[in-house]
Amino acid sequence: MKKMLSWICLTALVCTLLSGCARTQTAGSVYYLNFKPEQDDEWKALAETYTQETGVKVTVVTAASGDYEDTLSAEIVKSNAPTLFQVNGPVGLASWKDYCYDLSGTEVYSHLTDEDFALKEDGKVLGIAYVLETYGIIYNKTILDRYFALEGAKITSLDQVNNFASFKTLVEDIQSRKEELGIKGAFTSAGMDASSDWRFKTHLANLPIYYEYEERDISSTAEIQGDYLDEYRQIWDLYLNNATCAPSEIGVKTGDEAAGEFNNGEAVFYQNGTWAWDTTMEEKIGAENVGMLPIYIGADGEEDQGLCTGSENYWCVNKNASEADIQATLDFLNWVVSGETGTKALAEDMGFIIPFEDAIASSNPLSRIAEEMLDSGLDPVSWNFATIPNENWKNEVGAALLAYAQGGQTDALWEDVRSAFVDGWKREYDATH
Amino acid sequence: MNKMLKKWFPIFLIPTLVAFFIGFIVPFFMGLYLSFCEYATIESPDFVGFANYARIFTADSQFWYSLGFTALFTAVSVVVINVAAFAVALGLTRNIRGTNLFRTVFFMPNLIGGIVLGYIWKMIINYGVLIPLFGKDLSYSSTYGFWGLVVVLAWQQIGYMMIIYISGLQSVPEEVTEAAKIDGAGRWQTLRRVILPMVMPSVTICTFLSLTNSFKLFDQNLALTDGKPGRLTEMLALCIRNTYGTTPKSHGTAQAMAVIFFIIVAVIALLQLRSTRSKEVQQ
Repeated sequence: MKKMLSWICLTALVCTLLSGCARTQTAGSVYYLNFKPEQDDEWKALAETYTQETGVKVTVVTAASGDYEDTLSAEIVKSNAPTLFQVNGPVGLASWKDYCYDLSGTEVYSHLTDEDFALKEDGKVLGIAYVLETYGIIYNKTILDRYFALEGAKITSLDQVNNFASFKTLVEDIQSRKEELGIKGAFTSAGMDASSDWRFKTHLANLPIYYEYEERDISSTAEIQGDYLDEYRQIWDLYLNNATCAPSEIGVKTGDEAAGEFNNGEAVFYQNGTWAWDTTMEEKIGAENVGMLPIYIGADGEEDQGLCTGSENYWCVNKNASEADIQATLDFLNWVVSGETGTKALAEDMGFIIPFEDAIASSNPLSRIAEEMLDSGLDPVSWNFATIPNENWKNEVGAALLAYAQGGQTDALWEDVRSAFVDGWKREYDATH
Repeated sequence: MNKMLKKWFPIFLIPTLVAFFIGFIVPFFMGLYLSFCEYATIESPDFVGFANYARIFTADSQFWYSLGFTALFTAVSVVVINVAAFAVALGLTRNIRGTNLFRTVFFMPNLIGGIVLGYIWKMIINYGVLIPLFGKDLSYSSTYGFWGLVVVLAWQQIGYMMIIYISGLQSVPEEVTEAAKIDGAGRWQTLRRVILPMVMPSVTICTFLSLTNSFKLFDQNLALTDGKPGRLTEMLALCIRNTYGTTPKSHGTAQAMAVIFFIIVAVIALLQLRSTRSKEVQQ
């Protein structure tokens, strides 16, 4: 009797162990590994609607912020791998191209407004951008109007600002009259805490990279020359010297602090993107009082420069998924970007601008400003930071930028930035390619 | 009873063995194999031989800097932690009032996870010390980061090591110390010649623990300095994690670093264990 009991126990134990490995085979389902935690609820709701309408199961899993690559590496080797995942651009694609289904003949691809929004390699379409984002210098119209009305204001309308020199005049004049305006500084703090430093080591660094790529007529490189680093320094100096805090304090300033300063009307300018729009900004500043300026760094011909618009979110379909799953995924994507429910959810609930024919206007005022600016004929600055070799490059540049700020903005310290930018690029490129 | 054990032990042992096999043995050997590969995901590695190791040994790599930094950090923190823990343990075995309360208080930091601790200490050090005194923060210099790390780890580990030392000190028989006293040994002599040799087992455990803990430190490093400024306070574990990156080549390099890291930790720990063991005395 006892023996039997123990055998039962053992069998039960083994069964529980094994059942974890059992493969669940359902015909045609979608598993989306979502990148954006801030839109997790919206995606889940959209997936549920789709399941109700069509009966096809859609699972949405969101990776924790900053952990997407790790989560994806772990998930993709499972038997129940994501059928839909995303890469951040050419650099991300390099690691994942063996998993990407060729989307060239698909309906989703045919809906793209411009084929530049697709990631291609060897004639295959491996990724499709699904959201366009834009960054620049967000400003507070209320305070700016107050400044324009001041007696002796050096600039009296934004129409006079179309390059670095005029922008500098505006910023420095605002900074010198901050008491009259009741603000703490022209710019929000250029925080170099990890929650904020990407605004400078990645997004701001995009401008010197962009102008160099334009000049050399390339779209990526193994060796950067740093031709526009003097301009990078100019704009960084402008941010540092005309902010709500002293340059030496930026090491501990966080992204939330910069957002808070802007939302509380303590600063006029705030370098960030369309994703910065949230309920706090809506309540405290209001849709009608925000605007966006291009980031002028002092390059030739920047009078025609627009905002920085691009995408680091490309959908890829897992080639190794079963045929039924791939088809289900493509159908789901098509429904999302062309159906009424999907486009509405993307534009209104998630606030995205999507590069598809059936897109409707986004609920995000910053996105609308970006769209107007695109239509007005200014040249958008592309997102070249997707070609930055790796995170270490960004960290080294960030560290050098911070040391430069803390150490009194000397030429010698700027040489360290140059070295991190130029030599670091080659080193990290070689380490990863 | 013995017969019963023999008959039934597989039932109790097998689940643990299976878990150990799946959770430790398999990943270890997979990791070893992957260090000779470049891979995007672990299911499709491309074998590249010793290329990953060659990269670490030839390139002017962050790995060697981190190794040096880690070694220095380990040396300093092992001394600081053990000296302080032993001193506190001595103090708290003298029957002063509130001994139990103090022991609890000293032990408590150990109950807080490393990440939380790192962030809290980052605030304390930045806003409490560095900014008011120097107007700079932890990210300004690697010296700040280094000592910050020592303080955080010491604060966390002293209590734990103290408990081990206390149990060691309590097992020293009173007759022995009394005899030493009668023979005219001073307090310092008693401590060095009598007590210390008798608590050598505790010293072994504590140095071993603090050594490996310091060498493998990751969470506190990530939370407190995150390698800043630049990668100057990046210890080995964090260096491996930051090297891992997103490309097959960097994955392989980091994996090879991890294997070297394992060997170093194993060798140091074994050597240390051996040398301290030889100094232990039987009671």
